[in-house]
Amino acid sequence: MAGLAAAFGSGAMTNSVAELEDSDCIFIIGSNTTSSHPLVAEKIFKAKKRGAAIIVADPRRTQIASIADIHVRQNLGTDVAFINAMMHAIIKNSWHDTGFISQRTEGFEAFKENINAFTVDKMADVTGICADDIVKIAQLYANGKASSIVYCMGITQHVSGVDNVKSLANLAMLTGNLGRESTGVNPLRGQNNVQGACDMGGLPNVYPGYQPVNSEDVRKKFETAWSFEISKDAVEPDSSEEKSSMGLSADVGLTIPEMLKGLGDGSVKALFVLGENPMVSDPDTNHVRKALQSAELLVVQDIFMTPTAEMAHVVLPGACFAEKDGTFTNTERRVLRVRKAIDPPGEARQDWQIIQDLSSLAGYPMNYESPDEIMNEIAKVTPSYGGISYERLEGDGLQWPCPSLEHPGTGFLHKERFTRGMGLFHVIDYIPPDETVDDEYSFWLTTGRTYVHYHTGTMTRNSPSLNAEMSEGFIEINPSDAEELNLAQGQWVKVASRRGEVIVKIIITDTIGKKVVFMPFHFIESQANLLTNPAFDPTAKIPEFKVCAVRIEKMVKAQH
Amino acid sequence: MDYRTVLTTCPYCGCGCGLYLEVLDNKVTGTIPCKTHPMNQGKLCVKGWNVHEFVHNPNRLTCPLVRKNGSFAEVSWDEALDYTASRLKAAKERHGSRSVAFMASAKVTNEENYLLQKFARAAIGTNNIDHCARL
Repeated sequence: MAGLAAAFGSGAMTNSVAELEDSDCIFIIGSNTTSSHPLVAEKIFKAKKRGAAIIVADPRRTQIASIADIHVRQNLGTDVAFINAMMHAIIKNSWHDTGFISQRTEGFEAFKENINAFTVDKMADVTGICADDIVKIAQLYANGKASSIVYCMGITQHVSGVDNVKSLANLAMLTGNLGRESTGVNPLRGQNNVQGACDMGGLPNVYPGYQPVNSEDVRKKFETAWSFEISKDAVEPDSSEEKSSMGLSADVGLTIPEMLKGLGDGSVKALFVLGENPMVSDPDTNHVRKALQSAELLVVQDIFMTPTAEMAHVVLPGACFAEKDGTFTNTERRVLRVRKAIDPPGEARQDWQIIQDLSSLAGYPMNYESPDEIMNEIAKVTPSYGGISYERLEGDGLQWPCPSLEHPGTGFLHKERFTRGMGLFHVIDYIPPDETVDDEYSFWLTTGRTYVHYHTGTMTRNSPSLNAEMSEGFIEINPSDAEELNLAQGQWVKVASRRGEVIVKIIITDTIGKKVVFMPFHFIESQANLLTNPAFDPTAKIPEFKVCAVRIEKMVKAQH
Repeated sequence: MDYRTVLTTCPYCGCGCGLYLEVLDNKVTGTIPCKTHPMNQGKLCVKGWNVHEFVHNPNRLTCPLVRKNGSFAEVSWDEALDYTASRLKAAKERHGSRSVAFMASAKVTNEENYLLQKFARAAIGTNNIDHCARL
């Protein structure tokens, strides 16, 4: 998100999912689309049937890779080298869109000079992709009348995550594939409402609608909208505590990795967790456990007793999607209604009511009657949601920006101008992954999802049909590596990294390349994130889940 | 016997497919894809088709819990909320607003995320709020 925001002024998916059907070329990088976003994959299948060229760059031969016109396996963490080499080929062959570059963008000259060094031949060595394939992919993408880029966490979960995204933004600007239907740079959001959580200001640096916390005008606006004076008298202690007693805080807050660090060093004392499971979802589980154990107060509001909830001082039972009214915002910025079908079980309560009661008890009264009323307040303070109301969401929902009640919503962004004005080319150099293989840890580990389970498994592993389909974790290994280690299909192995070790069954398959192994992260009992590297991107603070070095040892005795 | 279908949005990935939950006597019994929905037009993936299954799982949390002498005790909502609010306030008063942090959620609704960040910023006075967008 930070990468796209820097290039275009908005971090959201630029185009709509349905537009993919009419693309001439779809370049999919770091997205296991059929597993993680099946209904997006369906649109890609339709495009393929229409004759679109499908390009997939992924270390694994995923299902979507198997229908691609070209599938290449880049070495882990070499995406910038690959994309820069593509752009080198595009400029060298004059496949770039000079009109778009001069009218809509800035920073091209410095960018172009930097790209000079990324010759296709040199980058073929770095990426492990043959030079001909790099040029062929560059040509297909650049020469499509409408080419789309689709990416997911395979691009972002790297120490160079923001650089990877900026490189894709460069590629789309270079070829004029923006601001039109069926083009764009399209990050697929991994979770049902990750877009909405960002839109609503569930981020340490912005209020709802990406309005920065360190802007005085924005702060004043929210102080007025939230009648902030009320809480000042009610909550503030006698001692005047920094600037916050004068109004809303201007200090950018902590990201999740920084919160965990703060718990460890004692600067953070209390953590309130709503529907998240960092014990399974975050890298280096042993480090997360220590951090959570240091909390003087850990509150978890969730629907199941997750591994994170087990460590809490207080567990508050909330409602699941079937038990609540509200909205989710999907990956294409479409605000969609969630409707209550049944009551929550036992004494479980609506999450908004729990938060409202806590706020009132803490001295800042909230008195909403319904989620509908909360949405009306959201629309008032969030310009891009200004025209959204429950009444208008009947039917297909609405795609933001939707600034007024008359506005029909927005299918694709950056039509005549970018959100920031001109599109900005970035100069991006290749940075290798934080951890690389050596004699002791000689395999590259990458992680991801499977088609049947979802994220930390809280919901899917509690669904009998889904858990029956896949009830345990595994590690994928290439046949030649298995032979070298004398491993048989289904055998137990110990996988160790510099941070931890897990015992897991192997699946021998050539969908994974040599010296690379893959593990899903859904399974607490064979937990991939005990192994992963918490090193993170300096800007976006995304951990490098997609690359670490591991050792694989044959187990002498079978495990049960 | 009371049978209804309720149109809602799938809670798994970012696609946001439209689906009908089948409800029989206050129990969710099945899932039907929505044919007119812009995202899925009558289709669902294996997760979506089975989305009703976890709803009535016996492992669902049904009562507020507070840790007492090392293990969880079932308590009333009043006790759980009073305990939580007073401890959050105490942390803030003793160690400052920046000592309190919040994890919002990519799983809950816009309205709930909005309220949580309002609670963090207006009631506790901190911008320490983030969620797993990065994970």
